Amino acid sequence: MIDPLSVFLLLLAAATPILFAALGELVVERAGVLNLGVEGMMITGALAGFAAAYVTGSPFAGFLAAALAGAAIAMLFAALTQILLANQVASGLALTLFGLGLAALFGKPLEGIKAPAMMPGPLRINWIVWLGLVMVPLVWWFLNRSRTGLILRGVGENHDAAHALGYPVHAIRIAAIGFGGAMAGVGGAFISIATVLQWTEGMTAGAGWIALAIVVFSNWTAPGVLAGAWLFGGVTVLQLRLQAAGIRVPVQLLSMAPYLATIIVLVLISARQKYSRRAGRAAPGSLGQNFHALR
Amino acid sequence: MIRLVPRDQTSAAWQIATPLLAVLATMIAGGLLFAIMGYDPLAAIRTIFWDPLFGPAAGYSRPQLLVKAAPLILIASGLAVGFRAGIWNIGAEGQYIIGGITGAAVALAAYPAEGMWIFPAMVLAGALGGWAWGMIPALLRNWFGASEILVSLMLVYVAQRVAAWMAFGPMKNPEGYGFPGSRNLQQYPAASNPELIAGTGAHWGVVAAAAAVLAIWFLMSRHIRGFHIRAAGLAPRAARFAGVRPETLVAFCLGLSGAFAGMAGLFEVAGPAGQITDKLGTGYGFTAIIVAFLGRLHPVGILLAGLLLALTYIGGELAQLTLQLPAATVQVFQGMLLFFLLGFDLLTRFRIARRIAA
Repeated sequence: MIDPLSVFLLLLAAATPILFAALGELVVERAGVLNLGVEGMMITGALAGFAAAYVTGSPFAGFLAAALAGAAIAMLFAALTQILLANQVASGLALTLFGLGLAALFGKPLEGIKAPAMMPGPLRINWIVWLGLVMVPLVWWFLNRSRTGLILRGVGENHDAAHALGYPVHAIRIAAIGFGGAMAGVGGAFISIATVLQWTEGMTAGAGWIALAIVVFSNWTAPGVLAGAWLFGGVTVLQLRLQAAGIRVPVQLLSMAPYLATIIVLVLISARQKYSRRAGRAAPGSLGQNFHALR
Repeated sequence: MIRLVPRDQTSAAWQIATPLLAVLATMIAGGLLFAIMGYDPLAAIRTIFWDPLFGPAAGYSRPQLLVKAAPLILIASGLAVGFRAGIWNIGAEGQYIIGGITGAAVALAAYPAEGMWIFPAMVLAGALGGWAWGMIPALLRNWFGASEILVSLMLVYVAQRVAAWMAFGPMKNPEGYGFPGSRNLQQYPAASNPELIAGTGAHWGVVAAAAAVLAIWFLMSRHIRGFHIRAAGLAPRAARFAGVRPETLVAFCLGLSGAFAGMAGLFEVAGPAGQITDKLGTGYGFTAIIVAFLGRLHPVGILLAGLLLALTYIGGELAQLTLQLPAATVQVFQGMLLFFLLGFDLLTRFRIARRIAA
């Protein structure tokens, strides 16, 4: 018998890394920046968080370190795209490749070590899961109800107009990229500190890319990101349950499910944005374009 | 203070100078990294960039250069065409894996038949497999507007699991004593991809890579399709008014790069790797992206960049043996190289001028 409550708790845990990373990327994209380096920032956070948690013995210190490390490596992307005006797609890819390599390099001595135990939060649900759920309304409020959020959206929608109004386009974007890095770092650390409980090379296994797809799925809204993360979490848990139940399908095929589900969801939502007259594409107007003021 | 002034045209001199600067900067930054990690930086740099070609064990490592460079150059040639048009196939790794599987499937189905037709049929099947895997993101983008970046990347993870399934299931060697992995094609003469000239490392993949470089040069500088691709990349709206259909370009670019990657996968499976395993993808598809950029999306540049990155692979392995440097060092090096290149690229598009006082 499958207990629905325990399945929901597993779903929450499976969705949390993606939720953090996608919320961060949502803010970055609303500021008009496409950072494809989410996977690299997540793996950096996974390693830095695990290392800090192991050294200090405190998982919370680990998450703090993961946020700092994620933001720090995101600054490489910020420097490339905002100061040196490099192509965002290529720079994001570079960040992912570099982050994966760097984490593999510095993670070698930590292989095989177990993470320190973590105190569960209210309702025996992990504190970080709670934090993720709280971040959803916070990000929504910031984007839609705060003055800073309005300016950030303005920068993302039309950077020339925002610049003409006197807003510092690059500074706002750099801040958003830093926030995105910190969130991705925490998401990655959740995998190493709270889910897998150890460090293994390449352990984020495409979660960063799934987060990027979920931002598209969300139509660039915070509640949409939550829905997408839960959908993904549901597919992951279902797939693991089917494996455990010994269903006569090879494990390798079952484990494709999250990736295939992401593609299907991406296709459905893109088709709606493309063909539905009402829905329209909600992508920020200046997404992926660099800004350079001539004067 | 200084300010950046956009150039009317990208600077040709800086186009050539920036990749060289990036390599130099990577060596310096890499040396610093090694020093921090407690290795002798000069010895490490020499082991990675010099010893594979001219060191004491160069006789063994030199042929490896072509073995590693061939897949990189073949894949990067295909990718560069799409990148020129702003079509981002970043799932070449997946197309490489699928091409290896479909190509090997022909050999495993034909086993133990002998015949001149088997190897060409495998190459064709590999190209078709990679092409089909690349056409998935192309069609999903054309029909539904789904991002080809995300779909092609997701399909890498799917392809890795297909490879694992094949190695443990349908393609497992029936005479392999239960070990995962297919029959070894190196021991099946009609299907193997051997060294053509002893001591050079050159197999059919090297021939294909050279042909690909020539084909891409012809396409991009002598053929109307290449002109359309360049136009679509530089001025998408103008290209549309001139009658270039973006859908056609998406299908062409993703299909072409998929086919090239698929062939590269087949040459690897039939040659150096020998068999289908769950570790079929070794990252050539991602490194090829760096090769394409470092080579300025130009055939000659890709040739040189492919050889350089092949050198880092071999040098990295050598450094692992002699200096106990971790295997991931090469990955970090390659990532840094792309970072520096993208950063220095500023100089090709902008001029640095003194800010005039108000």
